[in-house]
Amino acid sequence: MTSPAEPEALRVVVDLNRCQGYAQCCYAAPEAFSLHGHEILFYDPAPPAERRGAIERAVQACPVRAISLQAGPDDGDAP
Amino acid sequence: MSPEPAGIVVVGASLAGLRGAEALRRGGYDGPLTLVGAEPHRPYDRPPLSKHVLAGALDAGATRLPELTALRARWRLGNTAVALDRAARTVRLADGAVLAYDKLLVATGAEARPWPAATGGGLTGIHTLRGRDDARALRAALVAGPRRVLVVGGGLIGCEATSCLRDLGLPVTLVDPHPTPLANALGTVVGGVIADRLRDAGAVFRPGTQVRAFEGDASGRVVRARLADGSAIEADLVIAALGATRATGWLRGAGLMADPGGLTCDGACRARDADGTPCPDIYAAGDAARWPIPLYGDRLVSVEHWGNAVAQASHAARNMLAGPGDQRPYAHLPAFWSSQFGINIKLVGLTAGADTVAVVQGSLAARRFLAVYGRGGRSIAAVSFDQARWLPAYAEAILTGSPVPPITDATDQPRIARADPGFPPPRRAAPAPSPAETAHA
Amino acid sequence: MPDDALFAAVTDPANRADPYPLYARLRERPVARQRDGSYVVSGHAAIRALIFDPRLSSEDLPPFRRPPTGNPIRDWILNPIRSRIASAHRPLIFRDPPDHDALRAAVMREFTIPRVQALRPRVVREVDALLDACRGRERICLVDDLSYPLPVSVICDLLGVPESDEPQFQTWATQLATALEPDARGDVETRRHTVAAFDAISDYMRGLIREKRRCPTGDMLSGLAAPGPGGRKQMSDFDLIATAILLLVAGHETTVNLITNAMLTLLRHPEELARLRADPERAPRLIEEVLRFEPPVHFRTRKALGAITLAGETIPKGAPIILLFAAGNRDPARFDAPDRFDPDRPDLEHFGFGGGLHYCVGAPLARIEAEIALVALSRRLVAPRLMHDPPPYRPGASLRGPEQLHIGIDGIA
Repeated sequence: MTSPAEPEALRVVVDLNRCQGYAQCCYAAPEAFSLHGHEILFYDPAPPAERRGAIERAVQACPVRAISLQAGPDDGDAP
Repeated sequence: MSPEPAGIVVVGASLAGLRGAEALRRGGYDGPLTLVGAEPHRPYDRPPLSKHVLAGALDAGATRLPELTALRARWRLGNTAVALDRAARTVRLADGAVLAYDKLLVATGAEARPWPAATGGGLTGIHTLRGRDDARALRAALVAGPRRVLVVGGGLIGCEATSCLRDLGLPVTLVDPHPTPLANALGTVVGGVIADRLRDAGAVFRPGTQVRAFEGDASGRVVRARLADGSAIEADLVIAALGATRATGWLRGAGLMADPGGLTCDGACRARDADGTPCPDIYAAGDAARWPIPLYGDRLVSVEHWGNAVAQASHAARNMLAGPGDQRPYAHLPAFWSSQFGINIKLVGLTAGADTVAVVQGSLAARRFLAVYGRGGRSIAAVSFDQARWLPAYAEAILTGSPVPPITDATDQPRIARADPGFPPPRRAAPAPSPAETAHA
Repeated sequence: MPDDALFAAVTDPANRADPYPLYARLRERPVARQRDGSYVVSGHAAIRALIFDPRLSSEDLPPFRRPPTGNPIRDWILNPIRSRIASAHRPLIFRDPPDHDALRAAVMREFTIPRVQALRPRVVREVDALLDACRGRERICLVDDLSYPLPVSVICDLLGVPESDEPQFQTWATQLATALEPDARGDVETRRHTVAAFDAISDYMRGLIREKRRCPTGDMLSGLAAPGPGGRKQMSDFDLIATAILLLVAGHETTVNLITNAMLTLLRHPEELARLRADPERAPRLIEEVLRFEPPVHFRTRKALGAITLAGETIPKGAPIILLFAAGNRDPARFDAPDRFDPDRPDLEHFGFGGGLHYCVGAPLARIEAEIALVALSRRLVAPRLMHDPPPYRPGASLRGPEQLHIGIDGIA
């Protein structure tokens, strides 16, 4: 049900409707965000947890606030 | 069997289901919350599947969506809803469980249209691409090194897949009944740019024809496609990108206006019953919903857009928590993006029914442009190819129904010429009394 | 005060310390015509709509005219030619697509992520050295001791301008930045100074670029001066000089405000300073809130290429437009309690670096410098307190920031 990589990873999603290709995330966290062609944003939706600081910087630096990062632990399965 | 305690049940654990559930919690809902998902996975993001997952840049499992609010939900994953009993207010699941609800959010999304079994659909090597497991299986098939891949259908998924396959260096043929790819979504004038890019990238494009049937070898593996024009294409891997149907089969017999085109809602995201009366306790959002869009004269539409799933689910959740006298209408400007052949494509509005297209920024020749679609003299949609920066201004013009072109005296603007956008004629000659349309993204 | 004179009041130095009440009045009409025929755009939604509007031109500077010298050859032959060249080769902040795009793309090719990232340890060292130099003092002037020298040293390093030449062009940079202020464009004396500074810095850059071509040193100027992809010049020499001047001036005049405004705001909100000291990872969100709350650049001007109808007002073709970013940043229609400094506010879409196609090129660098400086200040200044509140401000209404920021301290940790 879950791949072995998942428990370690952060979870990120970018609203690419909002994204305007400002590329501020690429400077803040280049391992996780990169711009291809003129304006295609490629990002790692599951960057390793030790990059949280850089990802957080990317979230904050986005001029249109298009990046979401899961803040807390996973939702448990209530009985 | 005694039903579980009531509360809110969200059927569908993809983007719309997740964002709807989050909006319920953010909106202050504190009661029981259950999410039912047909797949065994927590909600994941689909757009990367036909791009970076196919390309091998991402593992399919990496697409799990962030959960942005503590949900405190019961997750019923890998379990399909099979029936709705509105009188008893229960949803029956495939494993026999019965969930009671006080309010229900239908967010079951859509399913890839499979290749029909009668014409070779059961052969090994024919794939569809909708879910995470589809993407994983297709990726494995690509890694195995197919001799030639055939993509059937030049919609967004078909084009994105073709683009990825060429990036991987695989021989690929795209077959589409229209003169260009993306003809239904963007018309053939704009679609022609993709046709050119596709050929430049080394893909074979076979426009204006259709696959009649697939043939297999003795082991039941696909080997070739027979086309309507009598020719054949050898292919050992097929991606059937034929669009999607709404996952509303489980609502059959529930007395709602539901069919493969969607579950019809009122302007406040409430499902309509067979008489057209909105149900106060059943809402729908995302791909599964068919709703009247105010910006286009309350025409019923159903869109497979990421942005609509997020916005509509939040809106439905808001109305689910509000009183009957405070049901706000859902006003939304549809929008989608796609990336293929190195181009970032973004669209706002709905192109259906457009009679005009005009390139208003950049140029088709440079493959960096923004084009506006018009209907009856008014701007109804705008598409950008690597020119997303101007799109918000044109979105504003669409919201106000500006004439075509909506913006003149602008920087970097070509001499503006209007053209027929080249949309294929509708499949059925006579439109239904309340025509619904679907947009694929 | 009549509504159509509000922007004139904004430019009045008397309102420099707290222009926000004026902004609030302006926002009552998000697009407001002023007496001189210009339109001030102060609502968040209206600014957001306009920064992506292709009808907005940045080629709004009046023609670059040199004041008379009395020498006929100069006044009638040389200077008109030089003025024409200067007008045709304005820096990219005063250019529209497609020229703007080509120039910006060339700059971005050199402003690479590795190059910017590599500056982090360099900034850390510089900040530490600047603060070390303050040991034994009971008060510092943040502007003189850190906010000004830090970005200057970083931009010199990045561009490849010898820092030893800095005293030479410091006054030129300040003079050119002053020329950006709207009220500074007209009078002859200012023009004379601006032209002199422009000519001097142009000559300096011309020489430096020649040097970089002969002997490239791996910095941005060497990269911009070198042939681009395809072996052709990336831009004309006139454009190259204008670009180099822009980057140097921008590197001098904006980050200083960001760092100073941030520290001023933190000293006014000591609980936030304490939180930053305890948790340096708060710095990024804190900086973004400063960029909203006290941005380094308050407004930029544009020109309407066509008539634009927005927020119930029609801006006529040709009208000057003032995008009042700092007012949009405090629009209550967009932000809850906009006059409260709250680094934890969600959905912080601000115009602290402008927006649209002219979004600040140096933003990633400014963020790095501000983050490192603020974290160091929060940790190393012992018992910091503001000596004057409000502090004295520099004259600029657009590039707005304190002239000096005196902070009393019990020492440097």
